[in-house]
Amino acid sequence: MITLNVNQKSYKVDVDPNMPLLWVIRDVIGLTGTKYGCGVAQCGACVVHLDGEAVRSCVTKVSRAEGKKIVTIEGLSQHNDHPLQRAWQEIDVPQCGYCHSGQLMSAAVLLRENPNPTDKDIDAAMAGNICRCGTYLRIRKAIHLAAEMQRKGK
Amino acid sequence: MSQTTDVKQISRRNFLRVSGLTGTALFLGFYFPASGKEGKVVAGADANELGIEMNSWILIDTNGKVTIVDHRAEMGQGSFQSVPQIVAEELEVDLKDVNVIFAQGNQAKYGSQITGGSSTIRGSYKNLLNLSASAREMLIAAAAAKWGVPKSECYARSGQVFHKSSKKKFHYGELVVAASKLEAPKDIVLKKPSDYKLIRKPLHRRDSPLKTNGEAVFGLDKRLPGMVFAAVERNPRLRGTIKSYDDTEARKVPGVKQVIKVKMKVFQSYREGVAVIANSTWAAMQGKKALKVEWDDSSFEHLSSDEIYSRMKEALNTKEGLSFKSQGDVNSVIQQAQNKIDVIYETPYQAHYCMEPLNCVANYQKDKLEVWGPIQAPDWVQDFLSKEMGLAKENVIINMTFLGGGFGRKAFLDYPHEAAVISKEIGAPVQVVWTREDDATQGPFRPGVSYRCEGVIENGEISAFKVKLAGQNIGHMDGGGKDKPNDSASEGFVKHYFDSIKNLSIQDVPFETPIPIMWWRSVYASTNGFAFESFVDELAIQAGKDPLEFRRQYLKDERCQLLIDKMEEISGWKNRKKNEGFGVAITECFASTVGQVVKVSKDVDGKVKIDQVWAVMDCGWYVNPDIIRAQVEGSIIMALGAATIHEVTFKDGLAEQKNFYAYQMPRITDAPPIEIHIMENSADAGGVGEPGLPPFTPALTNAIFDLTGKRIRKLPFNLASV
Repeated sequence: MITLNVNQKSYKVDVDPNMPLLWVIRDVIGLTGTKYGCGVAQCGACVVHLDGEAVRSCVTKVSRAEGKKIVTIEGLSQHNDHPLQRAWQEIDVPQCGYCHSGQLMSAAVLLRENPNPTDKDIDAAMAGNICRCGTYLRIRKAIHLAAEMQRKGK
Repeated sequence: MSQTTDVKQISRRNFLRVSGLTGTALFLGFYFPASGKEGKVVAGADANELGIEMNSWILIDTNGKVTIVDHRAEMGQGSFQSVPQIVAEELEVDLKDVNVIFAQGNQAKYGSQITGGSSTIRGSYKNLLNLSASAREMLIAAAAAKWGVPKSECYARSGQVFHKSSKKKFHYGELVVAASKLEAPKDIVLKKPSDYKLIRKPLHRRDSPLKTNGEAVFGLDKRLPGMVFAAVERNPRLRGTIKSYDDTEARKVPGVKQVIKVKMKVFQSYREGVAVIANSTWAAMQGKKALKVEWDDSSFEHLSSDEIYSRMKEALNTKEGLSFKSQGDVNSVIQQAQNKIDVIYETPYQAHYCMEPLNCVANYQKDKLEVWGPIQAPDWVQDFLSKEMGLAKENVIINMTFLGGGFGRKAFLDYPHEAAVISKEIGAPVQVVWTREDDATQGPFRPGVSYRCEGVIENGEISAFKVKLAGQNIGHMDGGGKDKPNDSASEGFVKHYFDSIKNLSIQDVPFETPIPIMWWRSVYASTNGFAFESFVDELAIQAGKDPLEFRRQYLKDERCQLLIDKMEEISGWKNRKKNEGFGVAITECFASTVGQVVKVSKDVDGKVKIDQVWAVMDCGWYVNPDIIRAQVEGSIIMALGAATIHEVTFKDGLAEQKNFYAYQMPRITDAPPIEIHIMENSADAGGVGEPGLPPFTPALTNAIFDLTGKRIRKLPFNLASV
């Protein structure tokens, strides 16, 4: 049995300790907001926070997450109102939407550590997340908007 | 008949449940007669008399709750917003108060449901406007009758009917019982576009909030009680069969429950594989890796890319093709010309790489099959599975989830078929998950196409224009006639060129390989656009003309002229500077014309970089300008990858690129600034999801020629090493 803390809730899971965190979250715990895109840490669709750090859950063994705080897209905010979520909605960033759980989780770490990112900062932080629909220009715009909301305390 | 009635009642009840509707409701939808193309507006009561099962587009319950059905897939292109935006306009309801649900697959009820050919809006908007206005008029008539006043004294607004002078009002829920007994009106007057309150407004997408907190259910997120997971090892050469397999190690993987042999139909043959069934996706994938399978690949050629392209070239250089379009006398002009252009353009095979890999949930229970998945054509899947599984059509229920990308791949029928076969065999609901590697290597692929372009310029004008293409024909996959040219041989090429080029010939040189191929966003326009619009550019240069002016000279149609004016205006075409490369291209597909201008320059290291893209979209009547902008932005990024990175190569009959590390995607760092303009006119609606893609590549390579003098005729090319 492995005990996991996901979005401030405790789960006991009986799984192979080598199973990637992605599949434990999706298939065992049942939170499907975190996505499978490549399985080899190439696309960023599976990004979750592990003690506040953005990690690729598709290559993170579940045993590594034991005793740590895991946050998934479902736990980014209580009411879908993190500044990034509001900015994403305001600018209508998603098209198909599949990659955006990962995009938002990567962006959340950026915005926490750098409340006033430049285009270059955004590009550096977000270059690991693929969007096949090509929403990149809107992602950049939305991160700037979220930073502004955060600064103004909106 | 009694059975049909039962089915009808059950599905009605289900419909009420899922929609959260209460009480009697006004059902209003179309009846599509088997023979007729035009939908006929009918109310639920009429449908009962006609014996039609009605799951209509518009449902209003006695509390006034309105539910609108989206009969097409939502794969990013915006149907989940744009279909309700159309309906709410004429129905006079507030979008925030309506509920939107996806239709199940059923062509008899909804007409065509294929989300392809950029057809969602252009294929249904007139019907939807009529339907919604009919519902509104029936509600107004019901109110007028209750008040005993003429209809002309009443109007509808925000889900209510008002009587002008007395200010009396009913909400729609109070009128549905009476309205449902009325006959649908025949002569409906639709609003003038200048009176639109919702259509043509950049309203927020109603799926945006669902896609920022993990709530949107994609195919891969569907869960059923007792559901198991499956991963399948399929023949990597795409057309072979299984000689033998050893599942000893696979069965030892913790969580693996069962290993079975499966097959699914891929065009006219069956693809075989071994399915590993497990209690988690990961266990199924581990089990799949542990399988040892021997394949029988003896019945077809194992080609490599070099052979494929040298055969194409050989065919283009030695054969005339089947004539797709011929006017004037091209060959004699070319034969007599002193100076002609004779060049070959090459484009690669590509894979779709939807962010959501293929997957499907199926639950086969006692002569009944229900499917959930990221499906572009639920009506096709219903039809196909009914035949393949030997089930009555009404016992095959196809549910669309949100799609994590589609691009044509998810209009194919193989993956729902495989899921259905597995569920039937194991007697449990199953989710079949394709690994990224499966998704990337198993096709069907966009066909690579090569073009031989021959042209002559005399006195600054085109005196001969000949294009032969050699590439696999998607129409042949299902056994289409091989004596006819590819019916998309000039897809992407603006048809008005035909009005002004006197001597022209477009031919298709038949070309076959065992590689399965199919649609990919904008289909043949995605490769034709590059060849035709680069060739036009070469002719313009040969004629000593400005490339944009040259196109203006040949595209005399008024809409094209206005499009060109706008391209010139927003790109500052006439003020371009010496050290900047400007390129232009205009393409037409799915009833829309898009022009793009790309500006490139060299960075400090001497590498070519894209400074700006301008796009002008003429799609006629349209719904939501922000969704159009998003589609064009996305099309340009997708085209950038297709032009400068993407290529599926084959070696010994195997696709070589297995995952994103070998098939890199454009990243946020690659996205150029994009400015988009949408033309306003009164033409019918054209497509939006695809037409923005084809002009980008030729506009880019034409810009690179303008800057460097280097003509790029083979894709993909490396932007950093031009």
